[in-house]
Amino acid sequence: MASFLSTVPELMDAGLRGARLPRGRSLALRLGAIGAFLALWSLLSGAVVVLKLFNPIFLPGPWLVLGNVLDMAVRGQLWVHLAATLERVALGFGTGAALGVGLGLAAGHLNPVRYVVEPLVEMLRPIPPLAVLPMFIVWVGIGETSKIGFITYATFFPIFLTTVTGVRQIDPLLLRAAQSLGARGVGLFTRVILPAALPDILTGLRLGVALAFFVIVISEFIGAEHGLGYLINDGRNFFLVPQMLGAAVVLGLLGYAGNALVRLLERRLNRWQHPA
Amino acid sequence: MSGAAARAVPMLGALAVWAVVAHGNAWLDIVNPVLLPTPLEVGRAGLELAASGELIRHFLTSLGRVAQGFGLAAVAALGLGLLVAMCVPLRLMIEPVIEFVRPIPPLAFLPMFLVWFGLGEASKIAFIGYTTFFPMFVAIAAGVLRVDVVLLRAAASLGASRADLVRRVVLPAALPGIVVALRVGFGLALFVIVGAEFMGADAGLGHLIMEGRTFFNPAQIVVGALVLGLLGSLINTLLLVTERRLIRWRPEA
Amino acid sequence: MPPKIQIQRVGKSFGAANRATPALGEIDLDVAEREFVCLLGPSGCGKSTLLNIVAGFLGPTTGTVLVDGRPVHGPAPDRGVVFQEYALFPWLTVSGNVEFGPLLQSRPAAERRSTVERYLNLVGLSAHADKFPVQLSGGMKQRVAIARALANNPSVILMDEPFGALDAQTREVLQDELSRIQRVEHKTILFVTHSIREAVYLADRVVVMTSAPGQIKQIFPVKLPEVRDRFAPEFTQYEADITRVVREEVAKVRE
Repeated sequence: MASFLSTVPELMDAGLRGARLPRGRSLALRLGAIGAFLALWSLLSGAVVVLKLFNPIFLPGPWLVLGNVLDMAVRGQLWVHLAATLERVALGFGTGAALGVGLGLAAGHLNPVRYVVEPLVEMLRPIPPLAVLPMFIVWVGIGETSKIGFITYATFFPIFLTTVTGVRQIDPLLLRAAQSLGARGVGLFTRVILPAALPDILTGLRLGVALAFFVIVISEFIGAEHGLGYLINDGRNFFLVPQMLGAAVVLGLLGYAGNALVRLLERRLNRWQHPA
Repeated sequence: MSGAAARAVPMLGALAVWAVVAHGNAWLDIVNPVLLPTPLEVGRAGLELAASGELIRHFLTSLGRVAQGFGLAAVAALGLGLLVAMCVPLRLMIEPVIEFVRPIPPLAFLPMFLVWFGLGEASKIAFIGYTTFFPMFVAIAAGVLRVDVVLLRAAASLGASRADLVRRVVLPAALPGIVVALRVGFGLALFVIVGAEFMGADAGLGHLIMEGRTFFNPAQIVVGALVLGLLGSLINTLLLVTERRLIRWRPEA
Repeated sequence: MPPKIQIQRVGKSFGAANRATPALGEIDLDVAEREFVCLLGPSGCGKSTLLNIVAGFLGPTTGTVLVDGRPVHGPAPDRGVVFQEYALFPWLTVSGNVEFGPLLQSRPAAERRSTVERYLNLVGLSAHADKFPVQLSGGMKQRVAIARALANNPSVILMDEPFGALDAQTREVLQDELSRIQRVEHKTILFVTHSIREAVYLADRVVVMTSAPGQIKQIFPVKLPEVRDRFAPEFTQYEADITRVVREEVAKVRE
């Protein structure tokens, strides 16, 4: 057990992180770890059946989950629900992003806008967005609008705040330099302020996407007929645990894809930050 | 205390705007006035709930669940975070698994927890524990791994054994990161407890809010939301102050 | 009397067996007790690597290092180290830092207090005992680091470009300080630098190293008085001689 933990000579050489592994070995280790995880899971669910620990319905093995997902995919069910969730996220996030960036740029740049919008934002910020969901339902009923509106509300805040920060934190030296080169008004905005604030705006968008996927489920638990969240909650009625887990994993994949997309956009637009 | 005053002014401003919009609406009858409660109505609803003891009951229920779930997760995250940082093979094995599970929104597992643990306190506490564990664990492990090698070398050349290194160098050096991780974790716990209390709960601020919807009482929704916001603000400020106290020595990043 | 430090055929290569980059060729060097030896050379010549091996932070690929006749297997309190990045523990005060070594060795509190007092006086920082490193200037931080290393009463002190991060004026002030401290403490010191001037000012012997893989090119004994005048003709002569030898090596690196 003593050499299981890093020894002093090892710590001296490379610190807590340890020496870097060559690429091949690192990849093999990652795959091995995931494989071991799946194996352990299978083992546990098998043990539950054999040893009669509790009702095996509560811990289906990974293959049951995968099988369920594939089954739903083949029968077309999965796509219906996936599309429903995706549509809500896309519309909600899109609106939230447009409002967040738009108002953020305005508030960051023009003081009068800032004095009006900021107090409202500051007051609403500490309130967890989830707490507002029932309000949306009361106002607009249990329909698509309330869900999309809720996503819009939730994603608005991080995007707005990072946009404002992005605009405000521009080095005043840059602005002075641009102005002494003749840039004014709209030109100054589009050619200097916007590009300089872009990295922060993109970070905000990435946070917004993550948040959108984070909160969509809960709104699909309450009064929905379609969607991955609906699938998860619906599974409760008949203890369809493979369905619940499967839908959760699919949702995770969607979130991952959304995040990767924004990161790709970041890398494209921020090439000047990381020329390598 | 100009900082607090600076924050109070915009809040009062927002309050004023709310009052104007709500009263204006009630007077002009643009939208059903029930849907847009005025600050007075909200205040009245709040006082009623407070007087009947309901508000305190829900408040303490939510707080209790958060505290227990967070507490368990924090202990686990600290222990495992340290262990993983001290043991390279373990870290290399756990890291990919965490990356695999992380993208799945924790709320997606809420129904699972309700199935596994029923509708009682245990499911909420377990769910909060699950939700807050991963981000805290990742952040704590990262904070520990960031400890500068040169500090380890300095201590070793002063005679530190491995136990000394962990106790007297790694832990103090990682402390700022650990405190930040705990603060973020607690914030996350407050964030999701509401959602967890929407379903299968008969007490708690989230339930109070949901009840407001069921009985078409938006004023109650606002009361619940505001109390939550207040709780979050208070705790966050408290933790920030503690953080600043603990790390007077922190070098400028 | 046997040499304090014996570096015997020490070599170091980094990387996998068949793709190794040699950093150090075979080094043989003895450092006598109370001697101040400077390792001097162009960037990448391996002087810091050699120091790290003597300190025990790295293991040599070939050869051994003996300190007080015993082989080095890892870091230990008999070899105190002063780093270029100061490496002060930011969560401890100045006293706390200086006290660290004695604390690990379970010295009684009264003894620790007097040790800390003695060494803070030596480096002239008694007035700052309760400050945190973040409140100190670079020069002050390095003085604390020196006090910390001395307070542990090591057999030898290893210094890796300790004044490299300081501005020119502070650097010279600290060189004066170190020279003064050495006259009081009489420690055995192995000092890495790339400044010829610094080496001539401080060292009893200057070891000039070749570019990678580093080997000893030439050793210059410095026969100057204990208190040195940077502008004396003898001083400048040493500088010139050593510069000529170092220039050859620098030219090779640039090719």
